[in-house]
Amino acid sequence: MYNDTEKNFLTHPKGIMSWLLTLDHKRIGIMYLAAILAAFAAGGFFALGLRLELLNPGKQFMDQDTYNKFFTLHGAIMVFLFIIPSIPAALGNFCLPLMLGAKDVAFPRLNLASWYVYMLGAMFCLYSLFSGGVDTGWTFYSPYSTQTSTSVISMTFGAFILGFSSIFTGINFIVTVHKMRAPGMTWYQMPLFVWGSYATAMIQVLATPVLGITLLLLIMEKVGGIGIFDPEMGGDPVLFQHFFWFYSHPAVYIMILPGMAIISELIAVHAHKKIFGYRLIAYSSVAIALLGFFVWGHHMFVSGQSEFSSMVFSFITFFIGIPTGIKIFNWMTTLVKGSICWTTPMLYALAFLILFTIGGLTGIFLGALGLDIQLHDTYFVVAHFHYVMMGGTVIAFLGGIHHWWPKIFGKMYNENLGRFAFCFIFVGFNMTFFNQFMLGSQGMPRRYHDYSNFLKTDLFERYHGFSSYGAMILGVGFVIILCYLVASLFNGKPAGNNPWGGLTFEWSTTSPPPTENFKDDPILKHGPYDYDKVLPKDI
Amino acid sequence: MNERTFNLPPPASTIASEYDALFYFIYGLSVFFFVIICSGTVFFAIKYRAKKGDEEKLTSGFCHSTPLELLWSVIPTLLMFVIFVWGFKLYMRYFVIPANATEIKVTAWQWNWNFTYGEGAQSNVLVVPKGKPVKLLMSSNDVIHSLFIPDFRVKMDVLPNRYSSMWFQCDYEGEYDLYCTEYCGQQHSTMVTRVIVKSESDYQKWIEENSVTPAGDVLYNRYGCNTCHSLDGSANNGPSFKNLFGKKKMLTDGSTVDVDENYLRESILNPQAKIVKGYEPVMPTFQNTISDDKLDSLILFIKSLKEE
Repeated sequence: MYNDTEKNFLTHPKGIMSWLLTLDHKRIGIMYLAAILAAFAAGGFFALGLRLELLNPGKQFMDQDTYNKFFTLHGAIMVFLFIIPSIPAALGNFCLPLMLGAKDVAFPRLNLASWYVYMLGAMFCLYSLFSGGVDTGWTFYSPYSTQTSTSVISMTFGAFILGFSSIFTGINFIVTVHKMRAPGMTWYQMPLFVWGSYATAMIQVLATPVLGITLLLLIMEKVGGIGIFDPEMGGDPVLFQHFFWFYSHPAVYIMILPGMAIISELIAVHAHKKIFGYRLIAYSSVAIALLGFFVWGHHMFVSGQSEFSSMVFSFITFFIGIPTGIKIFNWMTTLVKGSICWTTPMLYALAFLILFTIGGLTGIFLGALGLDIQLHDTYFVVAHFHYVMMGGTVIAFLGGIHHWWPKIFGKMYNENLGRFAFCFIFVGFNMTFFNQFMLGSQGMPRRYHDYSNFLKTDLFERYHGFSSYGAMILGVGFVIILCYLVASLFNGKPAGNNPWGGLTFEWSTTSPPPTENFKDDPILKHGPYDYDKVLPKDI
Repeated sequence: MNERTFNLPPPASTIASEYDALFYFIYGLSVFFFVIICSGTVFFAIKYRAKKGDEEKLTSGFCHSTPLELLWSVIPTLLMFVIFVWGFKLYMRYFVIPANATEIKVTAWQWNWNFTYGEGAQSNVLVVPKGKPVKLLMSSNDVIHSLFIPDFRVKMDVLPNRYSSMWFQCDYEGEYDLYCTEYCGQQHSTMVTRVIVKSESDYQKWIEENSVTPAGDVLYNRYGCNTCHSLDGSANNGPSFKNLFGKKKMLTDGSTVDVDENYLRESILNPQAKIVKGYEPVMPTFQNTISDDKLDSLILFIKSLKEE
């Protein structure tokens, strides 16, 4: 039961139209959450299909055309519809104004528009799914994407539209952070989640237009026959790769920076400890966001780009690794002398440290020029980016959901079930992806429907089989999470204002918060992680 | 050859052992840092686990330590430099192709490979000589492909609008997998073939057996016949091929000979036997350089220059 004596944003006003036309950042966040979870379920469905097909060599239950569409849709949906909007648009929308002590984002109408633009883009993607699917891989490499007869146009147009939704959110966050901080809150008193979201927003605004232009050029080439990328019309296919990665590499940081931002919150709050190296974590987010614009060529070491370009891109790539490493050490050291509660969100945060470290370290193999030659386009790359995107961002997202769920809905989920499901996720994830490192370095190429005619089929079958069983365990974990989270809405215990002992503004208001967020205008009295000065119960 | 290791296939090419050295160097560092972070995280999480009554207590303000921060910034930075330079040097080994490499032309299309050798031999498996550097000159007829031989640690994209190239040297006879690793459409996963490494002599034999005989006019130029024998009747060191076949020719010893297939054959294999009057015995023998089918082809060409 919600607290009936107070009006909270979930129950007032009532009615479906009050949701569809809402300008409340919290409601828009929840609408985003529902949409991206649907996308995640669809992407997950395709992923399970892929894993089942690869369980044994030879055709299992889908032909190569279906398989090619499955991996394309898995990638495109997970990237464009789930992971890019996931943390910023859902959790960020809900938390960022609360954390700043603001009543809403700077442009509430733009915020609502971004959700509708997202839904419009999603419709185009759905249309292409039902009009035959797409078989180009989520990267849409030309000239194959120019020549294939599948629904590339509607899918790329969908991604083009989704880009605007991302830009809208980015603009909103930048202005909100600059103009709407509570009295007394300087830049260096902002929670690190805000710093991470701010750095992300910069990339969203600066990089997304390039993807828009690239996809538009691709559509022009397909529809109008204007030769830009396809050599048959006088274009250059490597140019497409440059354009594509000029966005899509920074986009990787759109995906991971918000994850890092969540981890900073989770570790400090659940360890009840002042975060180690606040400024370095904040600076490194911005450094990663800026350096991220200059490393796109590391996706192209064997593409035929000049060796000199490759050298420069490799060098900058290593420099982006250093701020990332510093963050990891800072988070680990934050644990020292804390008072650590092994809550579900904290388990995800600790898992992030371990999994993201594996993702980061294996990135060093890929960034080293010579080593990339063997590993490029094999399962090693697949494993690496799943450790970063799933072991990093999705694990952080799950941690964030568990962390702010009591604030969003005012209800506590079953923590024992939470820890139980965490075990499935952790074990299933590692079973699925760890052996893919060996699978890849032994030579198994990615995007292969079948591996039955190889000299090494037996070896690959062992690794693939293990992966497929891991994916099933992972799937079970997600189903358990969905069950107990939904159940908590009906029979969860009231969470109270501050169940974890946080010191930031969102924990000082009621759960769920009122529509205007705070009953009295909040004034900053202490830093976000001053656990050495303030007891959580006193905020 | 060494066996396959936990992470990598057997190092079958000369560059593979250099590759593996860097791979296992980074591997060692990764394990080292992973153990530090993993054990640190687990150890601290257990050691500083909240106790009853903690919610009434403030925790330490420990949030800064210059020596620690320098330690974990400077050491990784130095290691990054080492890895970058090492990785770059290895990369250059891949891109500097030895001058004496045997060149094989690779053509890729959806969803096949074609390999063309110097002698005109063609195949859809890649046959290479053992112990000699091989250069692949590659191009595609349609979309982007990528040629990958895991056991050799080599990979390079194959593009439709330009040539790309790569090289390797394999010192072990045997068969190896060759994959397309750039997604290229419906049957991408069937674009798989083998590399067959043969001893030098077996390789030459294979080339000989699979060579397509070029047309005689090609051989006329290739074997340098054009230096001395014109096609238009003009005088040179040797008789012109124009209108030669079927004629009677006076020899240096005064006898005559009919220019037929057997005379042409003898003159190519043993040029000094019957010299046409007015010419010096300067022609080299082609006894061991020209095969029968090429001889046929060349004779056919000379016959074709006869005027009706």
